[in-house]
Amino acid sequence: MTFSPSLEEKFAHLLTIYPKGRKRSAIVPMLLYAQDEVGHVSQELIEEVARRVGVEPVQVDEVIGYYSMLHRKPLGKYHVQVCTNICCMLVGGQELYDYASSKLGIANKGVTPDGLISLEEVECMGACSWAPAVQVNYDFHHNVTRERLDQLLEDIRRAQGA
Amino acid sequence: MPLYNEPSPLEVRVISQRFLLPNPASIDTYLATDGYAAIKKAFEMTPEQIIDELKASNLRGRGGAGFPTGLKWSFIPRNTEKPRYIICNSDESEPGTCKDRLLMEYDPHQLLEGMMIAGWTVGSNKGYIFIRGEFRYLIDIVDKAIAEAYERGYLGENVLGTGWNFDIYTHSGAGAYECGEESALLESLEGKRGIPRLKPPFPAVVGAWQSPTLLNNCETFATVPAVLRMGGGDYADLGTPRNGGTRLFCISGHVNKPGVYELPLGFNLLRMIDEVCGGMRNGKKLKGVIPGGSSAPVLKADECNTPMDFDSMAKLKTMAGSGGVVILDEDTNIVQLALRTIKFYQHESCGWCIPCREGTTWLKQVLTRFYEGAGREEDIELIGDLAKTMFGRTFCALGDAAAMPTMAFIDKFRDEFEAYLKTAPPPSSVPEPALV
Repeated sequence: MTFSPSLEEKFAHLLTIYPKGRKRSAIVPMLLYAQDEVGHVSQELIEEVARRVGVEPVQVDEVIGYYSMLHRKPLGKYHVQVCTNICCMLVGGQELYDYASSKLGIANKGVTPDGLISLEEVECMGACSWAPAVQVNYDFHHNVTRERLDQLLEDIRRAQGA
Repeated sequence: MPLYNEPSPLEVRVISQRFLLPNPASIDTYLATDGYAAIKKAFEMTPEQIIDELKASNLRGRGGAGFPTGLKWSFIPRNTEKPRYIICNSDESEPGTCKDRLLMEYDPHQLLEGMMIAGWTVGSNKGYIFIRGEFRYLIDIVDKAIAEAYERGYLGENVLGTGWNFDIYTHSGAGAYECGEESALLESLEGKRGIPRLKPPFPAVVGAWQSPTLLNNCETFATVPAVLRMGGGDYADLGTPRNGGTRLFCISGHVNKPGVYELPLGFNLLRMIDEVCGGMRNGKKLKGVIPGGSSAPVLKADECNTPMDFDSMAKLKTMAGSGGVVILDEDTNIVQLALRTIKFYQHESCGWCIPCREGTTWLKQVLTRFYEGAGREEDIELIGDLAKTMFGRTFCALGDAAAMPTMAFIDKFRDEFEAYLKTAPPPSSVPEPALV
Protein backbone atom coordinates (compact mmCIF):
# COMPACT_ATOMS: atom_id res chain seq x y z
CA MET A 1 0.00 0.00 0.00
CA THR A 2 1.13 3.53 -0.57
CA PHE A 3 0.51 6.24 1.94
CA SER A 4 1.03 9.98 2.02
CA PRO A 5 4.58 11.18 2.78
CA SER A 6 3.50 12.51 6.18
CA LEU A 7 2.03 9.15 7.18
CA GLU A 8 5.13 7.35 5.90
CA GLU A 9 7.19 9.68 8.06
CA LYS A 10 5.05 8.82 11.08
CA PHE A 11 5.42 5.11 10.38
CA ALA A 12 9.18 5.42 9.99
CA HIS A 13 9.38 7.24 13.32
CA LEU A 14 7.18 4.70 15.09
CA LEU A 15 9.33 1.82 13.89
CA THR A 16 12.38 3.36 15.57
CA ILE A 17 11.03 4.24 19.01
CA TYR A 18 10.50 0.81 20.54
CA PRO A 19 13.25 -1.50 21.79
CA LYS A 20 15.03 -3.76 19.33
CA GLY A 21 12.89 -6.66 18.20
CA ARG A 22 9.72 -5.01 19.55
CA LYS A 23 8.42 -3.36 16.39
CA ARG A 24 5.06 -4.99 17.03
CA SER A 25 4.51 -2.27 19.63
CA ALA A 26 3.74 0.10 16.77
CA ILE A 27 0.63 -1.83 15.69
CA VAL A 28 -2.06 0.17 17.49
CA PRO A 29 -0.80 3.67 16.66
CA MET A 30 -0.03 2.61 13.07
CA LEU A 31 -3.55 1.29 12.56
CA LEU A 32 -5.12 4.41 14.02
CA TYR A 33 -3.00 6.85 12.02
CA ALA A 34 -3.52 4.81 8.85
CA GLN A 35 -7.25 4.60 9.44
CA ASP A 36 -7.38 8.39 9.46
CA GLU A 37 -6.02 8.35 5.94
CA VAL A 38 -7.54 5.19 4.50
CA GLY A 39 -10.93 5.64 6.17
CA HIS A 40 -11.13 2.25 7.84
CA VAL A 41 -9.05 -0.77 8.75
CA SER A 42 -9.18 -2.82 5.56
CA GLN A 43 -7.78 -6.30 5.04
CA GLU A 44 -5.11 -4.75 2.85
CA LEU A 45 -4.13 -2.41 5.66
CA ILE A 46 -3.96 -5.26 8.15
CA GLU A 47 -1.59 -7.15 5.87
CA GLU A 48 0.50 -4.06 5.22
CA VAL A 49 0.92 -3.27 8.92
CA ALA A 50 1.71 -6.92 9.67
CA ARG A 51 4.38 -6.94 6.97
CA ARG A 52 5.94 -3.74 8.25
CA VAL A 53 6.17 -4.80 11.88
CA GLY A 54 7.07 -8.38 11.04
CA VAL A 55 4.14 -10.37 12.42
CA GLU A 56 1.41 -12.53 10.88
CA PRO A 57 -1.72 -10.66 9.71
CA VAL A 58 -3.79 -12.55 12.28
CA GLN A 59 -1.71 -10.95 15.04
CA VAL A 60 -2.79 -7.55 13.78
CA ASP A 61 -6.33 -8.68 13.11
CA GLU A 62 -6.87 -9.94 16.65
CA VAL A 63 -6.18 -6.60 18.29
CA ILE A 64 -8.61 -4.61 16.16
CA GLY A 65 -11.83 -5.76 17.80
CA TYR A 66 -10.50 -4.72 21.18
CA TYR A 67 -10.13 -1.02 20.39
CA SER A 68 -13.28 1.00 19.96
CA MET A 69 -11.63 3.59 17.72
CA LEU A 70 -10.56 1.05 15.11
CA HIS A 71 -13.28 0.41 12.54
CA ARG A 72 -13.47 -2.34 9.95
CA LYS A 73 -16.07 -0.48 7.93
CA PRO A 74 -15.80 3.03 6.55
CA LEU A 75 -17.13 5.81 8.75
CA GLY A 76 -18.54 9.05 7.47
CA LYS A 77 -16.08 11.72 6.42
CA TYR A 78 -17.10 13.47 9.61
CA HIS A 79 -17.51 11.15 12.56
CA VAL A 80 -19.79 12.76 15.14
CA GLN A 81 -19.31 11.25 18.58
CA VAL A 82 -21.71 12.18 21.35
CA CYS A 83 -20.84 11.24 24.92
CA THR A 84 -23.69 9.92 27.03
CA ASN A 85 -21.64 8.77 30.01
CA ILE A 86 -22.72 9.93 33.44
CA CYS A 87 -21.35 13.49 33.54
CA CYS A 88 -22.74 14.25 30.10
CA MET A 89 -25.97 12.36 30.83
CA LEU A 90 -26.59 14.50 33.92
CA VAL A 91 -26.68 17.63 31.79
CA GLY A 92 -28.50 16.36 28.72
CA GLY A 93 -26.02 14.21 26.82
CA GLN A 94 -28.48 11.40 26.22
CA GLU A 95 -31.08 13.80 24.85
CA LEU A 96 -28.42 15.39 22.68
CA TYR A 97 -27.47 12.02 21.24
CA ASP A 98 -31.12 11.13 20.61
CA TYR A 99 -31.57 14.47 18.89
CA ALA A 100 -28.53 13.93 16.69
CA SER A 101 -29.74 10.46 15.81
CA SER A 102 -33.19 11.60 14.76
CA LYS A 103 -31.92 14.67 12.96
CA LEU A 104 -29.39 12.67 10.95
CA GLY A 105 -31.78 9.76 10.55
CA ILE A 106 -29.14 7.24 11.51
CA ALA A 107 -28.64 4.98 14.50
CA ASN A 108 -25.51 4.32 16.53
CA LYS A 109 -22.50 3.75 14.24
CA GLY A 110 -24.66 4.51 11.22
CA VAL A 111 -23.52 6.55 8.22
CA THR A 112 -25.62 8.99 6.21
CA PRO A 113 -26.39 7.73 2.68
CA ASP A 114 -24.02 10.29 1.14
CA GLY A 115 -21.20 8.97 3.33
CA LEU A 116 -20.64 12.42 4.79
CA ILE A 117 -21.55 11.96 8.44
CA SER A 118 -21.47 9.03 10.84
CA LEU A 119 -22.75 9.01 14.39
CA GLU A 120 -21.56 7.19 17.46
CA GLU A 121 -22.69 7.16 21.07
CA VAL A 122 -19.37 7.11 22.88
CA GLU A 123 -18.11 6.58 26.39
CA CYS A 124 -16.40 9.24 28.48
CA MET A 125 -14.04 11.31 26.35
CA GLY A 126 -12.53 13.36 29.16
CA ALA A 127 -14.59 16.52 28.94
CA CYS A 128 -16.72 15.97 32.04
CA SER A 129 -16.46 19.47 33.48
CA TRP A 130 -17.56 20.99 30.18
CA ALA A 131 -20.39 18.62 29.41
CA PRO A 132 -22.21 17.65 27.33
CA ALA A 133 -19.35 16.97 24.95
CA VAL A 134 -19.15 16.05 21.30
CA GLN A 135 -16.15 15.12 19.21
CA VAL A 136 -16.21 15.56 15.45
CA ASN A 137 -13.31 13.47 14.22
CA TYR A 138 -10.62 14.65 16.64
CA ASP A 139 -12.08 18.08 17.45
CA PHE A 140 -13.63 18.56 20.86
CA HIS A 141 -16.78 20.62 21.35
CA HIS A 142 -17.79 21.49 24.88
CA ASN A 143 -21.07 22.53 26.53
CA VAL A 144 -22.94 21.51 23.41
CA THR A 145 -26.57 22.50 23.10
CA ARG A 146 -29.00 21.45 20.36
CA GLU A 147 -28.36 24.76 18.68
CA ARG A 148 -24.59 24.21 18.78
CA LEU A 149 -25.06 20.76 17.34
CA ASP A 150 -27.27 22.14 14.55
CA GLN A 151 -24.55 24.65 13.80
CA LEU A 152 -21.85 21.96 13.77
CA LEU A 153 -23.82 19.85 11.32
CA GLU A 154 -24.55 22.84 9.16
CA ASP A 155 -20.85 23.77 9.11
CA ILE A 156 -20.03 20.26 7.95
CA ARG A 157 -22.56 20.43 5.12
CA ARG A 158 -21.36 23.87 4.13
CA ALA A 159 -17.70 22.83 4.16
CA GLN A 160 -18.62 19.92 1.95
CA GLY A 161 -20.60 22.10 -0.45
CA ALA A 162 -17.83 24.64 -0.79
CA MET B 1 -5.33 30.63 25.19
CA PRO B 2 -8.40 30.77 27.43
CA LEU B 3 -9.07 28.02 29.94
CA TYR B 4 -12.14 25.86 29.50
CA ASN B 5 -13.62 27.26 32.68
CA GLU B 6 -13.09 30.40 34.74
CA PRO B 7 -10.45 29.95 37.44
CA SER B 8 -11.48 30.26 41.08
CA PRO B 9 -9.73 32.61 43.54
CA LEU B 10 -9.66 29.72 46.01
CA GLU B 11 -7.32 27.69 43.85
CA VAL B 12 -3.79 26.98 45.01
CA ARG B 13 -1.81 26.82 41.80
CA VAL B 14 1.16 24.50 42.02
CA ILE B 15 0.89 22.33 38.91
CA SER B 16 -1.47 24.67 37.11
CA GLN B 17 0.57 27.82 37.79
CA ARG B 18 1.41 28.29 34.11
CA PHE B 19 -2.08 27.65 32.76
CA LEU B 20 -2.93 31.36 32.80
CA LEU B 21 0.26 32.60 31.14
CA PRO B 22 0.51 33.52 27.47
CA ASN B 23 1.92 30.62 25.39
CA PRO B 24 1.90 28.37 28.44
CA ALA B 25 3.02 25.28 26.53
CA SER B 26 6.20 26.75 25.04
CA ILE B 27 9.61 25.90 26.39
CA ASP B 28 10.47 29.59 26.73
CA THR B 29 7.54 30.15 29.05
CA TYR B 30 8.55 27.07 30.96
CA LEU B 31 12.17 28.14 31.32
CA ALA B 32 11.14 31.63 32.42
CA THR B 33 9.06 30.20 35.27
CA ASP B 34 11.40 27.80 37.10
CA GLY B 35 11.11 25.22 34.34
CA TYR B 36 13.78 22.52 34.24
CA ALA B 37 15.18 23.80 37.55
CA ALA B 38 14.06 20.65 39.33
CA ILE B 39 15.92 18.27 37.01
CA LYS B 40 19.07 20.33 37.57
CA LYS B 41 18.51 19.96 41.29
CA ALA B 42 17.97 16.21 40.80
CA PHE B 43 21.32 15.92 39.03
CA GLU B 44 22.94 17.03 42.31
CA MET B 45 21.02 14.46 44.34
CA THR B 46 21.34 10.70 44.79
CA PRO B 47 18.38 8.48 43.86
CA GLU B 48 17.81 7.84 47.57
CA GLN B 49 17.64 11.57 48.28
CA ILE B 50 15.10 12.10 45.49
CA ILE B 51 12.96 9.22 46.70
CA ASP B 52 13.19 10.50 50.29
CA GLU B 53 12.00 13.91 49.10
CA LEU B 54 9.03 12.28 47.39
CA LYS B 55 8.26 10.26 50.48
CA ALA B 56 8.38 13.42 52.59
CA SER B 57 6.00 15.12 50.16
CA ASN B 58 3.24 12.56 50.84
CA LEU B 59 2.51 12.65 47.14
CA ARG B 60 0.09 9.88 46.30
CA GLY B 61 -0.72 8.58 42.84
CA ARG B 62 -3.26 10.73 41.07
CA GLY B 63 -4.54 8.01 38.75
CA GLY B 64 -6.94 6.46 41.22
CA ALA B 65 -5.29 4.16 43.72
CA GLY B 66 -3.51 6.87 45.69
CA PHE B 67 -0.39 4.77 46.16
CA PRO B 68 2.54 6.69 47.72
CA THR B 69 4.73 7.82 44.82
CA GLY B 70 8.07 7.74 46.66
CA LEU B 71 7.45 4.16 47.71
CA LYS B 72 6.54 3.17 44.16
CA TRP B 73 9.76 4.67 42.82
CA SER B 74 11.76 2.79 45.45
CA PHE B 75 10.49 -0.56 44.08
CA ILE B 76 12.36 -0.18 40.79
CA PRO B 77 15.53 -2.29 40.92
CA ARG B 78 18.45 -0.03 40.07
CA ASN B 79 21.25 -2.60 40.08
CA THR B 80 20.08 -4.60 37.10
CA GLU B 81 21.48 -5.14 33.64
CA LYS B 82 18.02 -4.80 32.15
CA PRO B 83 16.85 -1.50 30.70
CA ARG B 84 14.30 0.34 32.80
CA TYR B 85 11.35 2.22 31.35
CA ILE B 86 9.41 5.26 32.48
CA ILE B 87 5.81 5.19 31.37
CA CYS B 88 3.29 7.95 31.77
CA ASN B 89 -0.34 6.92 31.90
CA SER B 90 -2.25 9.61 30.03
CA ASP B 91 -5.04 7.24 29.08
CA GLU B 92 -7.43 9.38 31.14
CA SER B 93 -10.72 7.50 30.78
CA GLU B 94 -12.36 7.28 34.19
CA PRO B 95 -15.74 8.95 33.78
CA GLY B 96 -15.64 12.26 35.62
CA THR B 97 -11.97 12.89 34.96
CA CYS B 98 -10.63 15.54 32.60
CA LYS B 99 -7.43 16.90 34.14
CA ASP B 100 -4.56 15.18 32.32
CA ARG B 101 -5.83 16.87 29.19
CA LEU B 102 -5.11 20.27 30.72
CA LEU B 103 -1.71 19.26 32.04
CA MET B 104 -0.64 18.18 28.56
CA GLU B 105 -2.29 21.06 26.75
CA TYR B 106 -1.07 23.90 28.96
CA ASP B 107 2.14 22.62 30.49
CA PRO B 108 3.63 19.67 28.62
CA HIS B 109 7.19 20.47 29.69
CA GLN B 110 6.24 20.04 33.33
CA LEU B 111 5.22 16.47 32.51
CA LEU B 112 8.42 15.87 30.55
CA GLU B 113 10.50 17.17 33.44
CA GLY B 114 8.72 14.89 35.89
CA MET B 115 9.44 11.91 33.68
CA MET B 116 13.06 12.99 33.31
CA ILE B 117 13.46 13.13 37.08
CA ALA B 118 11.99 9.63 37.26
CA GLY B 119 14.36 8.44 34.56
CA TRP B 120 17.38 9.94 36.29
CA THR B 121 16.32 8.45 39.63
CA VAL B 122 15.89 4.88 38.49
CA GLY B 123 18.59 4.92 35.81
CA SER B 124 16.33 4.76 32.78
CA ASN B 125 17.04 6.01 29.27
CA LYS B 126 13.57 5.77 27.75
CA GLY B 127 10.18 7.19 28.59
CA TYR B 128 6.85 6.69 26.85
CA ILE B 129 3.69 8.74 27.23
CA PHE B 130 0.64 6.57 26.58
CA ILE B 131 -2.08 8.99 25.45
CA ARG B 132 -5.61 7.90 24.71
CA GLY B 133 -6.35 7.93 20.99
CA GLU B 134 -9.13 10.49 21.26
CA PHE B 135 -6.58 13.07 22.47
CA ARG B 136 -4.93 13.45 19.07
CA TYR B 137 -4.44 17.20 19.49
CA LEU B 138 -2.59 16.53 22.72
CA ILE B 139 -0.25 14.08 21.05
CA ASP B 140 0.62 16.90 18.65
CA ILE B 141 1.18 19.37 21.50
CA VAL B 142 3.31 16.93 23.51
CA ASP B 143 5.30 15.93 20.40
CA LYS B 144 6.05 19.59 19.82
CA ALA B 145 7.21 20.00 23.41
CA ILE B 146 9.40 16.92 23.09
CA ALA B 147 10.98 18.36 19.93
CA GLU B 148 11.67 21.64 21.77
CA ALA B 149 13.28 19.74 24.64
CA TYR B 150 15.59 17.88 22.23
CA GLU B 151 16.56 21.15 20.55
CA ARG B 152 17.55 22.72 23.85
CA GLY B 153 19.45 19.68 25.11
CA TYR B 154 16.97 18.59 27.77
CA LEU B 155 16.36 15.30 26.00
CA GLY B 156 18.53 13.08 23.86
CA GLU B 157 22.15 12.16 24.31
CA ASN B 158 24.20 13.62 27.14
CA VAL B 159 21.38 15.62 28.72
CA LEU B 160 22.75 19.00 29.87
CA GLY B 161 26.27 17.61 29.81
CA THR B 162 25.62 14.99 32.47
CA GLY B 163 26.51 12.04 30.27
CA TRP B 164 23.04 10.64 30.78
CA ASN B 165 20.83 9.85 27.78
CA PHE B 166 17.07 10.15 27.93
CA ASP B 167 14.45 9.89 25.19
CA ILE B 168 10.70 10.43 25.50
CA TYR B 169 8.13 9.29 22.94
CA THR B 170 4.36 9.53 22.68
CA HIS B 171 2.31 6.41 22.02
CA SER B 172 -1.35 6.55 21.00
CA GLY B 173 -4.02 4.27 22.37
CA ALA B 174 -7.13 3.59 20.31
CA GLY B 175 -10.10 3.62 22.64
CA ALA B 176 -10.16 1.26 25.62
CA TYR B 177 -10.81 2.20 29.25
CA GLU B 178 -9.12 -0.98 30.41
CA CYS B 179 -5.79 0.31 29.10
CA GLY B 180 -5.73 2.68 32.06
CA GLU B 181 -5.02 -0.40 34.19
CA GLU B 182 -1.25 -0.50 34.30
CA SER B 183 -0.64 -4.04 33.12
CA ALA B 184 -3.28 -3.77 30.39
CA LEU B 185 -1.60 -0.55 29.31
CA LEU B 186 1.67 -2.43 28.97
CA GLU B 187 0.03 -5.12 26.82
CA SER B 188 -1.42 -2.40 24.62
CA LEU B 189 1.96 -0.67 24.42
CA GLU B 190 3.39 -3.95 23.18
CA GLY B 191 0.86 -4.05 20.36
CA LYS B 192 -1.64 -6.48 21.81
CA ARG B 193 -5.18 -6.50 23.16
CA GLY B 194 -5.24 -4.62 26.45
CA ILE B 195 -5.76 -7.61 28.71
CA PRO B 196 -4.44 -7.27 32.28
CA ARG B 197 -1.49 -9.39 33.38
CA LEU B 198 -1.22 -11.67 36.35
CA LYS B 199 0.43 -9.89 39.28
CA PRO B 200 2.95 -10.48 40.75
CA PRO B 201 5.34 -9.87 39.19
CA PHE B 202 4.47 -6.20 39.33
CA PRO B 203 5.50 -3.82 36.54
CA ALA B 204 8.24 -2.41 38.79
CA VAL B 205 10.05 -5.72 38.29
CA VAL B 206 8.62 -7.11 35.04
CA GLY B 207 6.86 -4.40 33.09
CA ALA B 208 7.20 -3.15 29.55
CA TRP B 209 9.05 -5.58 27.31
CA GLN B 210 9.87 -7.76 30.31
CA SER B 211 11.86 -5.00 31.98
CA PRO B 212 11.48 -3.01 35.20
CA THR B 213 9.00 -0.23 34.55
CA LEU B 214 7.96 2.83 36.50
CA LEU B 215 4.39 3.70 35.63
CA ASN B 216 2.66 6.77 37.02
CA ASN B 217 -0.34 8.86 36.13
CA CYS B 218 0.23 12.01 34.11
CA GLU B 219 -0.67 14.30 37.02
CA THR B 220 1.68 12.43 39.34
CA PHE B 221 4.66 12.96 37.03
CA ALA B 222 3.61 16.58 36.46
CA THR B 223 3.73 17.15 40.22
CA VAL B 224 7.26 15.83 40.74
CA PRO B 225 9.14 18.97 39.59
CA ALA B 226 7.19 21.06 42.11
CA VAL B 227 8.03 18.64 44.89
CA LEU B 228 11.77 18.93 44.22
CA ARG B 229 11.56 22.68 43.73
CA MET B 230 9.60 23.35 46.90
CA GLY B 231 11.03 20.52 48.97
CA GLY B 232 8.95 17.55 50.03
CA GLY B 233 8.02 18.98 53.42
CA ASP B 234 6.67 22.26 52.07
CA TYR B 235 4.71 20.45 49.39
CA ALA B 236 3.24 18.06 51.96
CA ASP B 237 2.17 20.96 54.16
CA LEU B 238 -0.22 22.19 51.47
CA GLY B 239 -2.40 19.15 52.09
CA THR B 240 -3.42 17.09 55.09
CA PRO B 241 -1.32 14.54 57.00
CA ARG B 242 -0.49 11.56 54.71
CA ASN B 243 -2.18 13.35 51.81
CA GLY B 244 0.31 15.86 50.53
CA GLY B 245 -0.12 18.84 48.27
CA THR B 246 -2.76 19.84 45.81
CA ARG B 247 -4.55 18.08 43.02
CA LEU B 248 -6.73 18.92 40.08
CA PHE B 249 -10.33 18.29 41.04
CA CYS B 250 -12.57 17.80 38.02
CA ILE B 251 -15.99 18.93 39.12
CA SER B 252 -18.96 18.10 36.93
CA GLY B 253 -22.70 17.68 37.14
CA HIS B 254 -25.29 19.95 38.68
CA VAL B 255 -23.29 22.96 39.85
CA ASN B 256 -23.27 26.48 38.47
CA LYS B 257 -19.60 26.53 37.57
CA PRO B 258 -18.31 23.04 36.85
CA GLY B 259 -14.63 22.98 36.00
CA VAL B 260 -11.17 21.73 36.78
CA TYR B 261 -9.76 23.46 39.84
CA GLU B 262 -6.46 22.94 41.63
CA LEU B 263 -7.16 22.74 45.35
CA PRO B 264 -5.27 21.45 48.36
CA LEU B 265 -6.02 17.91 49.44
CA GLY B 266 -8.41 18.06 52.35
CA PHE B 267 -10.49 20.87 50.85
CA ASN B 268 -14.05 20.58 52.15
CA LEU B 269 -16.45 19.07 49.66
CA LEU B 270 -19.37 21.36 50.47
CA ARG B 271 -17.11 24.39 50.10
CA MET B 272 -16.04 23.01 46.75
CA ILE B 273 -19.67 23.01 45.65
CA ASP B 274 -20.69 26.34 47.19
CA GLU B 275 -17.60 28.50 47.03
CA VAL B 276 -15.56 27.12 44.15
CA CYS B 277 -18.41 26.07 41.88
CA GLY B 278 -20.92 28.79 42.72
CA GLY B 279 -23.45 26.49 44.35
CA MET B 280 -26.03 24.11 42.99
CA ARG B 281 -27.50 24.77 39.57
CA ASN B 282 -31.01 26.24 39.56
CA GLY B 283 -30.95 26.44 43.36
CA LYS B 284 -31.64 22.72 43.65
CA LYS B 285 -30.78 20.64 46.70
CA LEU B 286 -27.83 18.30 46.80
CA LYS B 287 -28.67 14.61 46.57
CA GLY B 288 -25.20 13.15 46.55
CA VAL B 289 -21.68 13.22 45.16
CA ILE B 290 -19.58 10.67 43.31
CA PRO B 291 -16.24 11.78 44.76
CA GLY B 292 -13.51 10.12 42.70
CA GLY B 293 -14.61 9.08 39.23
CA SER B 294 -17.51 6.80 38.37
CA SER B 295 -16.02 3.78 40.13
CA ALA B 296 -16.14 5.56 43.50
CA PRO B 297 -19.16 4.71 45.68
CA VAL B 298 -21.61 7.61 45.90
CA LEU B 299 -21.83 9.79 49.00
CA LYS B 300 -25.23 10.90 50.23
CA ALA B 301 -25.75 14.61 50.84
CA ASP B 302 -25.43 14.20 54.61
CA GLU B 303 -21.96 12.63 54.15
CA CYS B 304 -20.63 15.50 52.06
CA ASN B 305 -19.39 17.77 54.81
CA THR B 306 -15.96 16.16 54.55
CA PRO B 307 -12.40 16.97 53.63
CA MET B 308 -11.51 15.65 50.18
CA ASP B 309 -8.44 13.49 50.52
CA PHE B 310 -7.57 9.83 50.18
CA ASP B 311 -7.89 8.93 53.86
CA SER B 312 -11.11 10.88 54.49
CA MET B 313 -12.72 9.22 51.49
CA ALA B 314 -11.54 5.78 52.66
CA LYS B 315 -13.12 6.47 56.04
CA LEU B 316 -16.42 7.04 54.26
CA LYS B 317 -15.90 3.74 52.39
CA THR B 318 -15.38 5.42 49.07
CA MET B 319 -12.34 6.74 47.19
CA ALA B 320 -10.71 9.98 46.20
CA GLY B 321 -9.78 8.08 43.04
CA SER B 322 -8.88 10.10 40.00
CA GLY B 323 -10.25 13.42 41.25
CA GLY B 324 -13.48 13.31 39.25
CA VAL B 325 -16.15 14.82 41.49
CA VAL B 326 -19.67 14.41 40.12
CA ILE B 327 -22.34 16.50 41.81
CA LEU B 328 -25.89 15.15 41.80
CA ASP B 329 -28.94 17.31 42.50
CA GLU B 330 -32.23 16.25 44.03
CA ASP B 331 -33.77 15.48 40.62
CA THR B 332 -31.12 12.94 39.67
CA ASN B 333 -32.61 9.58 38.73
CA ILE B 334 -30.42 7.12 40.64
CA VAL B 335 -31.72 4.12 38.70
CA GLN B 336 -30.76 5.74 35.42
CA LEU B 337 -27.39 6.74 36.86
CA ALA B 338 -26.72 3.20 38.11
CA LEU B 339 -27.66 1.77 34.72
CA ARG B 340 -25.49 4.20 32.76
CA THR B 341 -22.58 3.48 35.09
CA ILE B 342 -22.86 -0.28 34.63
CA LYS B 343 -23.38 0.07 30.88
CA PHE B 344 -20.01 1.73 30.76
CA TYR B 345 -18.21 -0.97 32.70
CA GLN B 346 -19.95 -3.71 30.72
CA HIS B 347 -18.84 -2.04 27.49
CA GLU B 348 -15.28 -1.69 28.73
CA SER B 349 -14.88 -5.10 30.37
CA CYS B 350 -12.13 -6.80 28.41
CA GLY B 351 -13.84 -10.18 28.73
CA TRP B 352 -10.74 -11.92 29.96
CA CYS B 353 -12.13 -13.09 33.29
CA ILE B 354 -15.58 -14.53 33.74
CA PRO B 355 -16.77 -12.77 36.93
CA CYS B 356 -16.31 -9.38 35.30
CA ARG B 357 -17.50 -10.31 31.83
CA GLU B 358 -20.62 -12.09 33.08
CA GLY B 359 -21.15 -9.93 36.15
CA THR B 360 -21.23 -6.64 34.29
CA THR B 361 -23.40 -8.15 31.55
CA TRP B 362 -26.00 -9.49 33.96
CA LEU B 363 -25.98 -6.31 36.00
CA LYS B 364 -26.62 -4.35 32.84
CA GLN B 365 -29.46 -6.63 31.82
CA VAL B 366 -31.21 -6.55 35.18
CA LEU B 367 -30.75 -2.80 35.56
CA THR B 368 -32.02 -2.24 32.03
CA ARG B 369 -35.12 -4.30 32.76
CA PHE B 370 -35.60 -2.30 35.94
CA TYR B 371 -35.12 1.04 34.24
CA GLU B 372 -37.45 0.14 31.39
CA GLY B 373 -40.25 -0.36 33.87
CA ALA B 374 -40.26 -4.15 33.88
CA GLY B 375 -38.43 -4.46 37.19
CA ARG B 376 -39.44 -6.78 40.00
CA GLU B 377 -39.22 -6.25 43.74
CA GLU B 378 -36.53 -8.93 44.07
CA ASP B 379 -34.39 -7.27 41.40
CA ILE B 380 -33.14 -4.76 43.95
CA GLU B 381 -31.70 -7.58 46.02
CA LEU B 382 -30.45 -9.33 42.89
CA ILE B 383 -28.55 -6.28 41.67
CA GLY B 384 -26.87 -5.88 45.06
CA ASP B 385 -26.05 -9.60 45.20
CA LEU B 386 -24.61 -9.70 41.69
CA ALA B 387 -22.34 -6.76 42.49
CA LYS B 388 -21.25 -8.30 45.81
CA THR B 389 -20.51 -11.61 44.12
CA MET B 390 -18.33 -9.92 41.53
CA PHE B 391 -16.52 -7.71 44.05
CA GLY B 392 -12.99 -8.89 44.83
CA ARG B 393 -13.24 -11.87 42.49
CA THR B 394 -12.08 -10.39 39.23
CA PHE B 395 -8.68 -10.50 37.58
CA CYS B 396 -8.14 -6.75 37.71
CA ALA B 397 -9.77 -3.75 39.36
CA LEU B 398 -12.35 -3.19 36.62
CA GLY B 399 -14.74 -5.65 38.23
CA ASP B 400 -14.46 -3.85 41.54
CA ALA B 401 -14.86 -0.53 39.76
CA ALA B 402 -18.20 -1.78 38.45
CA ALA B 403 -19.31 -3.48 41.66
CA MET B 404 -18.48 -0.73 44.16
CA PRO B 405 -20.69 2.06 42.80
CA THR B 406 -23.52 -0.40 42.13
CA MET B 407 -23.50 -1.67 45.70
CA ALA B 408 -23.46 1.90 47.00
CA PHE B 409 -26.38 2.99 44.80
CA ILE B 410 -28.44 0.07 46.09
CA ASP B 411 -27.38 0.42 49.74
CA LYS B 412 -27.75 4.17 49.98
CA PHE B 413 -30.68 4.79 47.66
CA ARG B 414 -32.72 1.63 48.13
CA ASP B 415 -35.77 3.80 48.76
CA GLU B 416 -35.40 5.31 45.29
CA PHE B 417 -35.20 1.91 43.65
CA GLU B 418 -38.32 0.87 45.56
CA ALA B 419 -40.14 4.05 44.62
CA TYR B 420 -39.07 3.68 40.98
CA LEU B 421 -40.76 0.28 40.82
CA LYS B 422 -44.07 1.93 41.61
CA THR B 423 -43.72 4.88 39.28
CA ALA B 424 -45.04 4.44 35.79
CA PRO B 425 -44.73 5.18 32.96
CA PRO B 426 -41.01 4.68 32.39
CA PRO B 427 -38.99 7.50 30.82
CA SER B 428 -39.25 7.69 27.05
CA SER B 429 -35.58 7.95 26.17
CA VAL B 430 -34.56 4.42 27.00
CA PRO B 431 -30.99 3.85 25.83
CA GLU B 432 -31.11 0.44 24.15
CA PRO B 433 -32.65 -3.03 24.33
CA ALA B 434 -31.89 -5.33 27.23
CA LEU B 435 -29.68 -7.79 25.47
CA VAL B 436 -26.09 -7.14 24.52
